[in-house]
Order: sequence, then C-alpha cells, then structure tokens
Amino acid sequence: MASLRTMLAKPWIWSFIGAFVVWLATIAFTGGYGAGGMITAALSLAVFTVIVGVGQMFVITLGPGNVDLSLPANIGLASAVAMKVMDGNDAMIAVGLIAALGCGAAIGAANYLLIWALRIPPIIATLSASFIIQSIDISYGRGLQIKPPPGFADFTNWQILGIPVLALLTVVFTVGAATALQRMIYGRSVLAIGQNIRAAWLAGVNVGRVRFLTYTLCGALGGIDGALLAGYFRGANVDIGNEYLLASIAVVVIGGTSVAGGKANVPGVWGAGLFLVLLLTMLNTFGVSAGVRLVLTGLIIVGVITAAGGEKAVR
Amino acid sequence: MATVAAGIANRISLSMPKANTDTRLDGAAKHFGAANIDIIRLDGAEKHFGAVRALGGVDFHVGAGECVGLVGHNGAGKSTLMHMVAGTLVPDSGAITVRGSAERDYSVPRALELGIRCVFQELSLCPNLSVAENTRINHPSLIGFGWRRKAAELIAAKLDEIFPDHGISASDIAGDLSIGRRQMVEVARAFTLTEDPLALVILDEPTSSLDAHTAGQLLAFVRRFVASGGSCILISHVLGEVLQNADRIVVMRDGKVVAADAASAFDRDRLVATMGGAEGHQRTAAETRKAEAGPLRVKARPARQQDGKELVARAGEIIGLAGLAGHGQTDLLLAIFAAAQRARTGIEVTAPVALVAGDRQSDGIFPQWSIAENIGIRSLALLRSGLLISPQREAELADFWKNKIGIRTPDMNNNIYSLSGGNQQKALFARALGSDAGIVLMDDPMRGVDIGTKLEVYDLVREEAGRGRTFLWYTTETEELDNCDHVYVFKNGRIVANLGRDELTEEKIIQSSFGDAA
Repeated sequence: MASLRTMLAKPWIWSFIGAFVVWLATIAFTGGYGAGGMITAALSLAVFTVIVGVGQMFVITLGPGNVDLSLPANIGLASAVAMKVMDGNDAMIAVGLIAALGCGAAIGAANYLLIWALRIPPIIATLSASFIIQSIDISYGRGLQIKPPPGFADFTNWQILGIPVLALLTVVFTVGAATALQRMIYGRSVLAIGQNIRAAWLAGVNVGRVRFLTYTLCGALGGIDGALLAGYFRGANVDIGNEYLLASIAVVVIGGTSVAGGKANVPGVWGAGLFLVLLLTMLNTFGVSAGVRLVLTGLIIVGVITAAGGEKAVR
Repeated sequence: MATVAAGIANRISLSMPKANTDTRLDGAAKHFGAANIDIIRLDGAEKHFGAVRALGGVDFHVGAGECVGLVGHNGAGKSTLMHMVAGTLVPDSGAITVRGSAERDYSVPRALELGIRCVFQELSLCPNLSVAENTRINHPSLIGFGWRRKAAELIAAKLDEIFPDHGISASDIAGDLSIGRRQMVEVARAFTLTEDPLALVILDEPTSSLDAHTAGQLLAFVRRFVASGGSCILISHVLGEVLQNADRIVVMRDGKVVAADAASAFDRDRLVATMGGAEGHQRTAAETRKAEAGPLRVKARPARQQDGKELVARAGEIIGLAGLAGHGQTDLLLAIFAAAQRARTGIEVTAPVALVAGDRQSDGIFPQWSIAENIGIRSLALLRSGLLISPQREAELADFWKNKIGIRTPDMNNNIYSLSGGNQQKALFARALGSDAGIVLMDDPMRGVDIGTKLEVYDLVREEAGRGRTFLWYTTETEELDNCDHVYVFKNGRIVANLGRDELTEEKIIQSSFGDAA
C-alpha cells in the first residue's frame, strides 16, 4: 500500500497510466484485435518523439523562457544531410549518422550563440534560426526525397519478438540520460540553473557552459532523430520533422517536467511519447477526423499543464 | 472622501490617549490605554506542520500603545506565531480575540480590516513593480486617474517621515533597489494609511538589512508611533534593539513562551539565558590571534576607487567590510567572485571562492531541492565517485554539517523550505564551508539568524580562519566586526578607511561612513 502511494507520487506515473488507459480503450473497441501490433507500432513511433523529447526536456529545465523551437527544421536538414552522405551506400551508414549528429550539434551551438552573444530570448532565437535552417535545407536538398541505403532502412524497422530494436536502444539511451540528469554534475547544474540562475552562478555552477552544452545536446539529438526518421520512412524531406515541434514540448510537459524549470524526469518522456502515439491510434480506430484529433491533443496538453500547475511550494 | 474620513478617524483615535479636555474621551482612552482590552489576544494557540510541532499552546497578547519585543532562537516559533496574528496561518487549536471579541474566521482581510498589519522577514515587494505600484497593492481605495501619483505621494511622505534622506524615488523599480532599501520601502508601506485603520504593526526582523544609522531612524519612528497610541510587535535578533525599544518582552523557546515581562526586568544576560543554548559562549573575539602575514589571497580595488586604496586579504585573515548599507560592499564581493572565474583588471584572487548569500531567496536557495542537495551543490566535483555523484557521500556531507552547525531538522532529505529562515541560512553556510574554497565571501549573511547561532558561526569562522581560510565579511551589524582582523569602511562605492583591530570602534566606523570621501 505504501509502495503504491510512493509510486502515485511520482510525476511520471500518470503518463504511463494514461497510455495504458488509451490502449485498453482501443482494444476494447476492436474486441482485442491488434492489441500486440498496436504496442509494436506505438514503440516504433514513440522512439522518435522520445529522442527529441529528452533534448527538449533538458532545454526546458534550464528555466522559464528556454525552449528549442528549431527542432523541426533541424530534423529536416539533418535527415537530408544524412541521406546525402550515405548516398544509398550501406558502407556509409556510420559516416552519415555522424554527419547528422554534427549537423544537429552545430545548429544547437548556433542557437546558443544567438541567445548568448546577441541576448535574444530563446523563443525568438530558435524560431528565427529555424527559418534559416529550413531555407538551407530547401536549397541543399532541392526538395527531392532522398532514399536511405537499404541496410539502414532495414535497421530502423528491425524487430526482435515484436519489439523494435530501435526502441531497445532508445531505452538504453534514456537510462543514460536519466543518470546524467540525477547523478552527474551536468544534470545537477541544469536543475540548479532552472530553479534560480543567479543562485546557481553564486554556488559555483558554470552557467554559460552548461547552457551551451544543453542547447548543443538538444540540437545533436534532433540531428540523429532526423537521420533515423529518414531511414524509418524511407526518405528524407523538408517536412519530416514538422510534427515534432508540438510533440517534443508535449511529451516533456505531460511527462511531469516543470515548464517553470528546475524539475525534470526522463521516464515521463517515454510514458508521454507512448501516450501520444496510442492516443492517435485510438482516435484513428474510432474514425475521428484529423481536425478533432488535433483539437483533442491540444486540449489534453492544456489540461495537463493546468493540473500540474496546481501544486504549489509550501510557504 | 472615504480616505479623508478614515484619516480623520484615525487621527482622532491616535490622539485619544493624550486627549484630556473631554472627560468622556479621557475615560475611553484610559480604558484602552490600560490594556483592559487587548488589540489582539491568542489563547492556547497550537500549530503542527506534519510531525513537527511549531507551536505548543501559546498565550500571547498585545495591548494598545504597547511595543512588545519577541525574541527566541531560530525555529522557536516566533514567525509561526506572527503568521497567526497576521491571519496567514490558522491555528490548529486555540482562540483568537481581537479587542475583546472572539474571531472565528480570522484571516488576512479580516486582520487588515481590524488594523493589524505585518512586515514579514521574507521581503514581499513585487520586484517588477515600482515602489508606488507596490504601495497601491495594499491600498485598493487608490483608484481612478492619478492613482499612481497618489500612491507615490503616500509612500514618499511616509519614507520621508521614517527615513529622512532615504534616497528612494517612488518610481524606482523594487527589484533594482538594494535589499536594505527594499526593506525600508516594505516597512514604510506598512505604516501608510488610507481606508483601513492602523492599530498594530508586526515588524519581523525589520532592521536585518539596515545599517546602524537607518535602523536607528526606524526604531525612533517606532517609539513615536507607540507613543501616539499605536501598537507594535518587534522581532529582532539584535537584543539591544529589543531591550531599548520594547515595553514588554516575550521570550519563546521550542514553540512555547518561556518568559514574558516588562523590558526593564530584562538585561542582555537574562535574555540570552532565557532563550537558552548560548550560555557557554563568551565573546572571545578579542582573543589574540597571531597576525603573521600569510600568502596573499585577495587583492581588490573597487571599480570607483580613485586613490590607491585597495582591499588586501591574506590566508587565515578575517576581513570586515563596513559602512552604511549599499555603499559598494556587495558589489566588490561579487566582483571578487567573478574574478575567481575569469580574470579582471584590478582584482587578484589566488584560491577557489565560495559565497554565503545574505539575500537567500534570490541569491542562495534552490527551492525544489532538499537541504542535502542545497548544501552539496557547491561541492559536486568532490562528491563524485567516477563520473557519478555518490548519494552516500552527499548524505555524509549533509549529516556532517547538520551536526557541526546544528541544522534543526529530522531529515536532511526534507525540502529546504521545511526549515525556518535562520536554519536555511545555516544550510547556506554549510554549503560554503563544506566546499574546497580557500576564500569565503559573506554578504551580510546573519540576517534573521538568532544570537545563539551567530555565536556558533563566529566560532566556526574563527576556527576555519585558523586553518588558513580567508573570510571577507560584509556586515551591517557593527558588533560582528569585532571578529575581524581588519575592517575596510566603504562610502559611495569606495574604500574610505582601513582600520586595524586595535583602532576598531563603533564611533570610528560611523565617523568614516559619514565623513567626506577622500
């Protein structure tokens, strides 16, 4: 009983409960048909949201106003870079992935440069950066869909016992991210800055370096996500990252990370990623139109922020 | 109209004790003056926060025209009791009576209606609003065109009355003011008058961020206010202030009132003994410590210094920064702190630096974290094993300082805000002293810290200095400078005097603070 209560006190548990409820509702509707396949599909798709969600989580945790709105453009450009470097050749897969990572990291670093050197608020800086990135992408990729090497496409769709390998690797990555957040100097510094940037500076935290690292990390995760998406959907294009603007922020918030900064958790990103994908599947199964789907997603995010904003610090 | 009427009504009520032409009034005045009917009375007030008993059955009352001094250690329950008087906390059990009538649903609006106001220890001005706008918050009757001007006149007049030559403009943004000036505004605001009456003002550590001169102005005003029939509760850890200004003193300890008597019945020693816990300490500051010249740790010239004076600190020295509040002491400390990370002209720092914040809400506390995490943040690199922070070592560090500096909590994993103000400050001391810093900067860190804790921290500072640590200590309390080897007096952002231990007297410091900058 006591352990149940401590479980319920965890902010991330609700996103998993939500995902589970949505899954139950869907298979109740279909009469049990496709229950397993639905989980496989949810895991495959949630991976992409989780990867950028973790990056966005670190950025948002830096405190009010910090957010990376350049992720969709970043994903688009990195997907094109990765596919061009791989050039349909299986031998170039690793090089292509590194190129995507580097492209994303460079975008993240450039974002922070705008924020730091020109003192532009992160929202404006990353949004305007995303227009520039998108233009580069259009002129670089010429709007063509570039195919991935067959080996890479197979890898992104590979499953063991119905569990996508990519999802397993992402679980390993998120365990690492959670450790970094709670147990490494970097994560503690991010949390400290998010709570009180001045106090963090006066407590000896290297504020500039930590913020730079965080934006760069988020950019790099966007980059690798772009490459993986291009493999999974068998081709890069400019719009491939569009839905990750809202999704990356939504998983952070639904997962129990504070939008005010200073409080974050990684498991919730997984729960929320699954929840969002399953929710879409459910609404599709129910035959709801695309417009209603978007309205419901928006309402759920507003609802979660309202519910999460209710708890106030004592005193 | 209503404002004017309330003002007149209040003037009448305030002048009542003096009125002796009208016998009826005189009778009424005597009636009130004799405190037959208290402004407020609490009987058997109890309060628990979870398992912690903050107040265990306290009886407390304040009469009209009376200044009650309230003293006790950090966590003795003073703030909790005052929150009840102000209506921000509801007692778990016990009765509240205001002017003889029982209050069942006592709350902040009700308290304001009855003329009971509070200046809390944690400053409450909105940092993004101007002084005038902050004043308006307490005076809903200031509406219509020109409300900002009316509020500005109201607060400016009160500031002029309490703190002549305060140098604060009503259009200043609160967040841009130094903590001392914010405190002045906060106090002045509590005494401004429009619709609501003004009968009792609670001053919780009102002088903690004020220098001796400004504190004197405030206390003189409090005496005038009380003499004209108002009531006041004065909470202060500066026992001299309470002894000189209160009519009656109430001593609290462990959530209970342990003594209540006329101020004249107390002296400093009796107060300290009644509060408990600090008897063993004697003022050993003047003890001769060897003053041999250690290696240079800090050499700094304030940015606005025009002559060759500069601050020099060597290993093992305790250096005081004195002068009126807000004359560049904090700025120099911050400049030294920044210089430790990135070289700056005019400042030389040769060891790692840690800072103990005085303005703990904005400069120190991480509100989401436990006490242990708040202490560990400065020492993360030392708490690692391999790449990861070791929870075990973090807990060890926290427990070590819990015992060493006496942080009063059942569990160091509790949130930092579960501590009383003074204990939060102890955690900030632990953060700095537990780190690898060879230089500790202290930015008036004893705000809201009780006398027992202060004496313990003084001992700790001297002990650490004996081991070679250097302390730069900005303080607004002249007494604390007795602990220093050397004192630099600041005026207008410059060092105007450099006093050795043997030349150190209060007169000399005040003289330098007001004298012409060379």
